[in-house]
Amino acid sequence: MTVSLHRFANPARFLKIAALVLPWASGLTVGLLGLGLYLGLVASPPDYQQGESVRIMYVHVPAAWMAMFVYSVIAVASATALIWRHPLADLVAQASSPIGACFTFLCLVTGSLWGKPMWGTWWMWDARMTSVLILFFLYLGHMSLSKAFDDPVRGAKAASVLALVGVVNLPIIKFSVDWWNTLHQPASVMRLDGPTIDGSMLTPLLLMALAFTMYYVALLILRVRAEMLDRKLRTARLAAVDAATVPAPAR
Amino acid sequence: MMESLVSFFAMGGYYAYVWPAYGLAAVVLGGLLVVSLRALRVRQAEVDRLEGGGRRRRAGGGGA
Repeated sequence: MTVSLHRFANPARFLKIAALVLPWASGLTVGLLGLGLYLGLVASPPDYQQGESVRIMYVHVPAAWMAMFVYSVIAVASATALIWRHPLADLVAQASSPIGACFTFLCLVTGSLWGKPMWGTWWMWDARMTSVLILFFLYLGHMSLSKAFDDPVRGAKAASVLALVGVVNLPIIKFSVDWWNTLHQPASVMRLDGPTIDGSMLTPLLLMALAFTMYYVALLILRVRAEMLDRKLRTARLAAVDAATVPAPAR
Repeated sequence: MMESLVSFFAMGGYYAYVWPAYGLAAVVLGGLLVVSLRALRVRQAEVDRLEGGGRRRRAGGGGA
């Protein structure tokens, strides 16, 4: 009884909550993005050292935060799936990894576009950049592993294990700028002693980060719904195959 | 007006780095939305077709 409720009540409840959240998340994405882009591109001052190139920050840094945040969500969902076998957890993890991969890709390329004029190079094999590149490959691995088995349950389990092993990369990314010599600047927002970045730049940065977060929520809802339909179709197809191969019982 | 627009798009000489960064973000994030919506729509249509088809067959109606 409890098992069946656990299995079926949650996706239904998810759909109900998702239908309430989706319009809010979409509206907030548009509003925050509009405000963040205006403040970031027009109203905020150029940097005294980097000039106008600093505006790349308003895409690059939120993308980097999202790359790590989405991976944390995948890791928590994977642990939940492995330990409690929550029916939604695998769906959340699998729906998240393409989104996280996109944010990581954006972080890498915008970083490159910022690095060329500021550091004089598109790429350095230093700790920060290499560890983010590894994060990108972890996402790709997670995406392909979850689809690599005929049995989706085995695929989900393998992907969960990969996601949990890869968690070790998150603190390496975060602290790479402190532990190793690098061209990359150290943290200027998420510091124990408070942000060292000026308010006129911090505000658009946080607005863009919130916009990206809301966008992730909206995309996640759409993709989880697609994954749910996918499971439904798979079950229906298996039932059709069973009906075709197993001789029908006497009517 | 015209001048300030030109200087805005010039981005202090960094236009070749700033605008590709924003453009790529728009393409990647927008593309992700398009792909996600399309996947949802395709699957929903398939589910509707199966469920609708099942009803029609049960009702004794014609082919798929």
